[in-house]
Amino acid sequence: MREWLRTHRWESILAVILVGTIVVNVVMSPVYLGTGNIVNLFWLSIEKIIVVLVMTFVIINGEIDLSVASIMGFAAAVFATAFDAGAPAWLAILVALGSGAFAGLVQGLVVARLGLPSLVVTLAGLIGFRGAARVLLEDRSITGFPEWFTDLGQQTLLGPLPFGLILFVVGLVLSWILLERSVIGRKIYVIGNNAEVARYSGIDVPRLKLRLFITSGVVSALAGLMFAARLGSVRGSLAEFFELDIITMVLLGGVSIFGGSGTIVGVALAIFTVLNIRNGMGLANVDGIIQTGVVGSLLIGSVLVPNLVEKFRSRRPAPPPDAGQAAGSDREVPTVSPA
Amino acid sequence: MTGRVTIGSAGRRMRPERIKELTLLGLIAASVIIFGIIVDGYLSGRFFNRVTTSVVIVALLAVGQSLVIISRNIDLSVGSAAGFAAYVTADFLASNGNAHPLIAVLLAMAVGAVLGSFNGLLVSYGGVPAIIVTLGTLALFRTGVSAYAGGENVTTEMLPEWVIQLNSRTLVSIGGFDIRLTLVVALAVVVVLQLALARMRWGRRLYAIGSNPDAAEQAGLPTKQLVFWSFVGSGAIAGLAGFMFMVRIGTISATAGSGLELESVAAAVVGGVSILGGSGTMVGALLGALLIETLKLSLVRVPEVSEFWRDALLGILVLGAVILDSILSKRFTAPRGNGRRDTEALDVEATAPVAAGRVVVEEGSTDA
Repeated sequence: MREWLRTHRWESILAVILVGTIVVNVVMSPVYLGTGNIVNLFWLSIEKIIVVLVMTFVIINGEIDLSVASIMGFAAAVFATAFDAGAPAWLAILVALGSGAFAGLVQGLVVARLGLPSLVVTLAGLIGFRGAARVLLEDRSITGFPEWFTDLGQQTLLGPLPFGLILFVVGLVLSWILLERSVIGRKIYVIGNNAEVARYSGIDVPRLKLRLFITSGVVSALAGLMFAARLGSVRGSLAEFFELDIITMVLLGGVSIFGGSGTIVGVALAIFTVLNIRNGMGLANVDGIIQTGVVGSLLIGSVLVPNLVEKFRSRRPAPPPDAGQAAGSDREVPTVSPA
Repeated sequence: MTGRVTIGSAGRRMRPERIKELTLLGLIAASVIIFGIIVDGYLSGRFFNRVTTSVVIVALLAVGQSLVIISRNIDLSVGSAAGFAAYVTADFLASNGNAHPLIAVLLAMAVGAVLGSFNGLLVSYGGVPAIIVTLGTLALFRTGVSAYAGGENVTTEMLPEWVIQLNSRTLVSIGGFDIRLTLVVALAVVVVLQLALARMRWGRRLYAIGSNPDAAEQAGLPTKQLVFWSFVGSGAIAGLAGFMFMVRIGTISATAGSGLELESVAAAVVGGVSILGGSGTMVGALLGALLIETLKLSLVRVPEVSEFWRDALLGILVLGAVILDSILSKRFTAPRGNGRRDTEALDVEATAPVAAGRVVVEEGSTDA
């Protein structure tokens, strides 16, 4: 336990913040602990937090995908257009998921095979796929989807649990297994730490990156469809600007923006913390924009505070010898000397 | 792979920045010609005025953004900073109607500079990556202006007369083609910064930091101060853009300028500013903004193409710009020694697309 706390300092801090938030929420609001509120807390952001999981993989791998929210909108628009043109809903869903995979494939090819920085490639994707959604729907809003489809987004499936929440829990467990217990996960960390070393150790870096971008596209498309089901209608602006919230949650979870470090446990804690803060402030009638500001400060503080602590420590005569060991899970940038 | 771009009889290599700028000029000219053929009455003074008035805001933001990107950072908070400055200035003018216009401009820039210094402090002295800081302040500044505004808007009627007139204030007019004051101010900012970056010591140092932060640090450059001041500069220019936003739009709410941060990055990238730092020019960023604005406003005029195509084409444009940039930079980063050209290294780079990623990871760039 002590060992875990030492190597997972950020996760421990997050856990403390989370518990603090929950305690404040319980004291401040009588309705907070109700099953309905707890389910709602997740339900209202379910599409975002599902994309957060796949974004964690992408960022640990040393890349970023700014286009996720636009792919959500694009896939939903493809679904709505196909459905509007008379396709059965199941077929429209398949086409939409395929369009997400296609979007990921295009960006992945440019990033992995041409070696261009994902920040700009997916910025182009952010603008372009949102544009494609607008081309498909113009200023129309498409509704009238079959009941089973909207029920998936609006009704509970198992007891108090809606389909989306079950999917999120499954995705969370799957992400943990993939990142912590599988060869693919190890490879993702190695690439994020030092792509050159990964290449020399025989990892097919471009192939893995390409697959990650395709996965990111498909998961975003799925999230877009879920959002469409929950709203019951699709517009070209669906999920606009979600990318910033999604990336914030990943980084708040202790994932290094430079890749190579971060854990799914940290990201899960960040998700719970952000949702609880928003929910608590919402129950206390605090404006949404103030909530965003609090999350923004938390994001900066999450990196700033450990940095300042480290600075303060290193001024002492004897620096802790385990500083290097702990770096794996710290917010520190892995220090690799340039080749 | 080994092809060289030469110009003039001396066979002197043309610098990649010039090629990018000329390409952009060519693209702008080509799109004007093409739209001129398709659309009746396209080449009018009115259209010219509309483009040149609306390009001012994005051009300023793109230039400020480039200042930061060149040092291998990024500023995602410029939209919020511009909105903040616009609101504070509008609010000030609403209650101090006879304040001198110059005071209003300085106020807007000061607000922006203060916000920028906050970013700069956290990045330079707090050791927090720029993308994290400015993602946070994108939200924080917006929260700040919302709290300041308290749900109120400043409307056009509350502003002094000169604010509204400033937008169409024309210095020279040639057959309907106006050269407006706001455009001249923006151009002046671009020219001054372009000269400073090309000729002054801090400008060259900014490129050095962006090319290789570690090397710059080890060479004894004051990297922290320079990065700090580049954020202050970006903030001040965002403030000026906020002032222009107020002049152009008139009615200012707490959400003024939302989304401009990504537009400014897009314009800088289209303008040939490398997201990996160390290369790009202010003139390029201006041309990038101008190309985007021209296409945006031109597409609306083509009846066959729905205006909804705008963003889709813009996305393709940004992607095209990055690909062109990578082709050009690969060609120009080839070692210059005669006969010693290390083509093997080039081939490795061509077959191992990881190369670009490697730079990001190893040298601790903030724009991974």
